[in-house]
Amino acid sequence: MTPRVVFPNKLLPYLLVAPQLAITLIFFYWPASQALQQSLQREDPFGLKSQFVGLANFRKVLADPNYINALQVTVIFSVATAFVAMAVALLLAVQADKVVRGKGFYRTLMIWPYAVAPAIAGMLWLFLFSPSIGTFAVLMRNLGIAWDPLLNGNQAMALVVAAASWKQISYNFLFFVAGLQAIPKSLIEAAAIDGARETKRFWTIVFPLLAPTTFFLLVINTTYAFFDTFGIIHAVTGGGPGKATETLVYKVYNDGFVNLVLGDSAAQSVILMVIVIALTAVQFRYVERKVHYG
Amino acid sequence: MASVELKDVRKSYGSTEAVKGVSIAIPDKELCVLVGPSGCGKSTLLRMIAGLEEITAGEVRFDGQVVNAIGPTERDIAMVFQNYALYPHMNVFDNMAYGLRNRGTPKDEIKRRVDEAAKRLELSHLLDRTPRQLSGGQRQRVAMGRAIVREPKVFLFDEPLSNLDAKLRGQMRVEIKSLQRALGVTSVYVTHDQLEAMTLADILVVMNGGLVEQAGRPLDIYEKPASTFVASFIGAPPMNLLKLSDLSVTAPAGAETLGFRPEDAVIASATSGLRLEARIEAVEPVGAESFLHGTTPGGRVILRAPGRSQVEVGERVAVNVPADKLHFFDAQGKRVEGQGVSVQI
Repeated sequence: MTPRVVFPNKLLPYLLVAPQLAITLIFFYWPASQALQQSLQREDPFGLKSQFVGLANFRKVLADPNYINALQVTVIFSVATAFVAMAVALLLAVQADKVVRGKGFYRTLMIWPYAVAPAIAGMLWLFLFSPSIGTFAVLMRNLGIAWDPLLNGNQAMALVVAAASWKQISYNFLFFVAGLQAIPKSLIEAAAIDGARETKRFWTIVFPLLAPTTFFLLVINTTYAFFDTFGIIHAVTGGGPGKATETLVYKVYNDGFVNLVLGDSAAQSVILMVIVIALTAVQFRYVERKVHYG
Repeated sequence: MASVELKDVRKSYGSTEAVKGVSIAIPDKELCVLVGPSGCGKSTLLRMIAGLEEITAGEVRFDGQVVNAIGPTERDIAMVFQNYALYPHMNVFDNMAYGLRNRGTPKDEIKRRVDEAAKRLELSHLLDRTPRQLSGGQRQRVAMGRAIVREPKVFLFDEPLSNLDAKLRGQMRVEIKSLQRALGVTSVYVTHDQLEAMTLADILVVMNGGLVEQAGRPLDIYEKPASTFVASFIGAPPMNLLKLSDLSVTAPAGAETLGFRPEDAVIASATSGLRLEARIEAVEPVGAESFLHGTTPGGRVILRAPGRSQVEVGERVAVNVPADKLHFFDAQGKRVEGQGVSVQI
């Protein structure tokens, strides 16, 4: 056991954690408690006074078919984004692992998209796929595909999923490459000698041994798809057409800042917070246990 | 079961040559040990036999058939790795069954073979454990089990005992030998431990710098080392090598170095053979015998004396080596046949 560090000064330990505590207090607990308070109140249209209404906001939100729609959209969007981002990253990482010359250069190139801001990433994809000006949109129409994400909700969803995944692939790629490097080469060789061809080796040896990495990325990607994709959705579809790509986070923004129904918006934020806490807890409790090997 | 033949096998990485033309013939059912210092190319050679490393030039044949172009998956070999390379996410049974499953062996046949191997290796009670729940020795056994259930043509061992402690290593050495005998599978075994090499080998191949220094039966090599390298690598403590120019000895033509095994020297004055005077610098009693470290006009020597030695540090003793126990090597370190007699004190 490492010896415990003992500070002679009683105040010093508190001072050392103070910056972290201050940041958490100001940027998490304070707004979170504000949201909690607001979610129990109703604001008048002019923002002059608010009135305590108990759980009425929550009842209203949960009974709203638009909210249920946003929930469905979020689930589809998150599952699709996490899956696509991880699957493509894994494929690229496995291929990159085979590259012998220029490994570093190749990897560096792969990491660049992560440096692109969400809104910019959204704009890039919009320029490529916008039905009126998009380069790829023209190509697709020439191929006979009726491409119009401004009217077709499924196509709009595919577009935001593609854009959101594209941005996250770099991050996942890095972790998968590291994960692959951590697998001893002799294991792969032993499997080859044991008569397993490449595909079989991947699914029976490599993939199971990557499980800790995959689990970690699953948590990160789900959280990313839930919360960090606002910029992309805002730039690409603005939640439309109709409400086909309106995720929970996007709806919080829409109701709160566009429609100015602060009570509803706050109630939705609180629900979101509960969802994330629950999701993370479930993932750590049930999935993580099965994925670690010594 | 197969004979293994290497014909002028070479391996280069870019411009550096790791294996510089090795030819070895291993008859069916024999155990060949490749021994040498690290970097001598023994592991590379083994990996080429396994098919894990491409062969730059030359041929590897199993039963007369060239296998150069056949990958490790189809070569029908089994390999025990230095770090065991057990699949950490599978239990012991699955680790052993993996190779059989990949080859489409029927389920009951897999169970029969794994159970049999587990029984032979005393692993039967550990079949549902995962590798991390096993001790080093047990992991080593599982690695062995994984190799034997497959009933391959050739066994390959890559320093399989180097991660075990000395006692366990001695035990496993005996077990590997008897297992190999019982199964009668042609084997190639790589080690840097000369004791392991001597005791295990049917054929011993001493390698140095990517080349074979000497190949043959272990005791033949011990008795007639082909070079000063082999003489000093095989045997512990190693052969004493003295410069002839410092001694007045009648030696065969061309000889530059004289050698004798520590156990061939007797502390006694004699009238024939090599006679030397040594000043004893250190005495190492190891129980059954003692090692005496001394200096002579030709250089430092180690002598082996049975039991407890009465010789004290600082004492000057007369050392005698019978003429037929002397070895001679030329300027390049190659063995020179012939006997010499000394007149030197």
